[in-house]
Amino acid sequence: MAARVLVGVKRVIDYAVKIRVKPDNTGVVTDGVKHSMNPFCEIAVEEAVRLKEKKLVKEVVAVSCGPQQVQETIRTALAMGADRGIHVEVSGKDYDTLGPLQVSKILAALAKKEEASLVILGKQAIDDDCNQTGQMTAALLDWPQGTFASEVTIDGDKIKVIREIDGGLETIKINMPAVVTADLRLNTPRYATLPNIMKAKKKKIASVKPGELGVDLTSRLEVLRVEEPAQRQAGVKVETVEDLVGKLKEAGRI
Amino acid sequence: MMAAPFSRIFGKVGRQLSKPWAPCQAAGRSISSRTVEVEQTAPAGSGFPPLQTFSEEETMMRDAVKKYAQERIAPFVSKMDENSSMDDEVISSLFEQGLMGIEIGTEYGGTGSTFFSSILVIEELAKVDPSVAVLCDIQNTLINTLMSKLGTEEQKEKYLPRLATDMIGSFCLSEAGSGSDAFSLKTKAEKQNDYYIINGSKMWISNAENAGVFLVMANADTSAGYRGITCFLVDRGTEGLQIGKKENKLGLRASSTCTLSFDNVKVHEKNILGKLGQGYKYAIGMLNEGRIGIAAQMLGLAQGCFDHAVPYTRQRVQFGKRIFDFQGMQHQIANVATQLEAARLLTYNAARLKEAGRPFIKEACMAKYYAAEVATVTTSKCIEWMGGVGFTKDYPIEKFYRDCKIGTIYEGTSNIQLSTIAKFLDQEYDS
Repeated sequence: MAARVLVGVKRVIDYAVKIRVKPDNTGVVTDGVKHSMNPFCEIAVEEAVRLKEKKLVKEVVAVSCGPQQVQETIRTALAMGADRGIHVEVSGKDYDTLGPLQVSKILAALAKKEEASLVILGKQAIDDDCNQTGQMTAALLDWPQGTFASEVTIDGDKIKVIREIDGGLETIKINMPAVVTADLRLNTPRYATLPNIMKAKKKKIASVKPGELGVDLTSRLEVLRVEEPAQRQAGVKVETVEDLVGKLKEAGRI
Repeated sequence: MMAAPFSRIFGKVGRQLSKPWAPCQAAGRSISSRTVEVEQTAPAGSGFPPLQTFSEEETMMRDAVKKYAQERIAPFVSKMDENSSMDDEVISSLFEQGLMGIEIGTEYGGTGSTFFSSILVIEELAKVDPSVAVLCDIQNTLINTLMSKLGTEEQKEKYLPRLATDMIGSFCLSEAGSGSDAFSLKTKAEKQNDYYIINGSKMWISNAENAGVFLVMANADTSAGYRGITCFLVDRGTEGLQIGKKENKLGLRASSTCTLSFDNVKVHEKNILGKLGQGYKYAIGMLNEGRIGIAAQMLGLAQGCFDHAVPYTRQRVQFGKRIFDFQGMQHQIANVATQLEAARLLTYNAARLKEAGRPFIKEACMAKYYAAEVATVTTSKCIEWMGGVGFTKDYPIEKFYRDCKIGTIYEGTSNIQLSTIAKFLDQEYDS
């Protein structure tokens, strides 16, 4: 039986907030903006907690990388049913440049340290849409990966993952230990009930520094500029096919 | 453990002898062992944080309830209003979320949280449906509190776990002939050996349709006047207890409001909650706290209504600009927003005072009175700002307008609140 599941949770700008680009075009405005747990991470936590309720795993550990505020995100995971949390302290410039490569190095190190047999992540974060961390983590650990999971079943020491792919659904069977990334239809995350929020207060969140895990946070990427998408221009309606062809020729498209 | 009567005895001079649940301090705020984290980052050394400062627990609760109310109550609101009935699914999800036993200890299956958390919960629920908020408010601030503070160990073990998980309670004080003049109630309880026989009727009883237990105020000794009023626990289904017709109301329609009749209802004297003849004290004490809950409800109602109307004014364009951009509109909107903020601060402050074990009755009256008035003004203005659509049932605004009116009436009419405030003011100037 899989002993321990590591679940990564990311604190992102809430999905309902209207994003604004900073006047200096170096990024988006985050000060004073509502943040919450990445929706795909919620689905990942839910799946891990369900596995524990089915007694297929013994412990769920929620991990988040970032400054002090990410502890709120970890607490939400605890309120959903995770057993304990790990806060990897990253702040300032390091946090601004924190990306999938560094996070996956951190998660790989933690997975080894915590002797996890399963790492569940959201398929991507809604702020950068990278869709890389799960895959990179698996590669660093040399573990199998089941990404875009819409169904996960543990069968002994193997996992059956049904993946959502362009052509439909693909079913694979992978050995544990493994990395799984959650897609939208994997489950519907539960609400943190008030009694569970109270219980979460007593659960432990340990703090650790990336250096202690032997991870170098230097980024290989440099953000040059952040811009809003160009304003959509109004379209033009035409009456006949001839008009359409005429307009396309005018625009130099044909 | 019997709590000492903690309310000011009606008519007598005295500061409230409230049992401090947090250590009482002479000066400054005492928000004892809870970590108070500021909502926005506060400058270091701000020893007196603003009123809108919540502990991490309170913030998590509020966010959880906000999400839950939007997703699991909002879809039912209009249907419940139309049918004048609370959906079973809504009631069961309220229990499931732990919202019906917020202050009940975990040893009884409750949530084990604080009074202020209840206030935030009620406010968030009211933003979506004030009827659901009042169900939650009565359960938490009246029923659960009475039971926790006055119940014998046996009573607590019998009722608290049920109140936290699946049973609604109902508080029965008012009668056809006694509303504001509560102590002139006529329902009698006559002693017969180990039992009391209750006869009479009650009116305007909220939650009655779904309640499993009724806290009935009846007079066990009419010769003593109001000092005979006693609180009896009457289970649903007790012979002689009839739940009468549901009122067809202007607002808060999903909250059942019924008449009750007691025809030789026999209850054992073990079913007395607290002490014989002390019921009047308990009622007053409870209503002092309940008042803050109602203030929170009216506040949420007004805010919820406002939050629907303002986005509309920012979208609706007339004469080439958003109606929000007309100065006349801006002034009205800003005016209402200011009143909302004032109502919020009155409510939060009254709640924090109560938690700190400090006198809070005057502030609670002010909060309830003001929040109800603000709700009336806000909802009325919101309909105007929305124009024709505000007047139709397709939009939620008109429901808020209908729901707000009860705020100035129940749990102590505005006039009663004002008279109580005046009494305190009078004492304050006694040199």
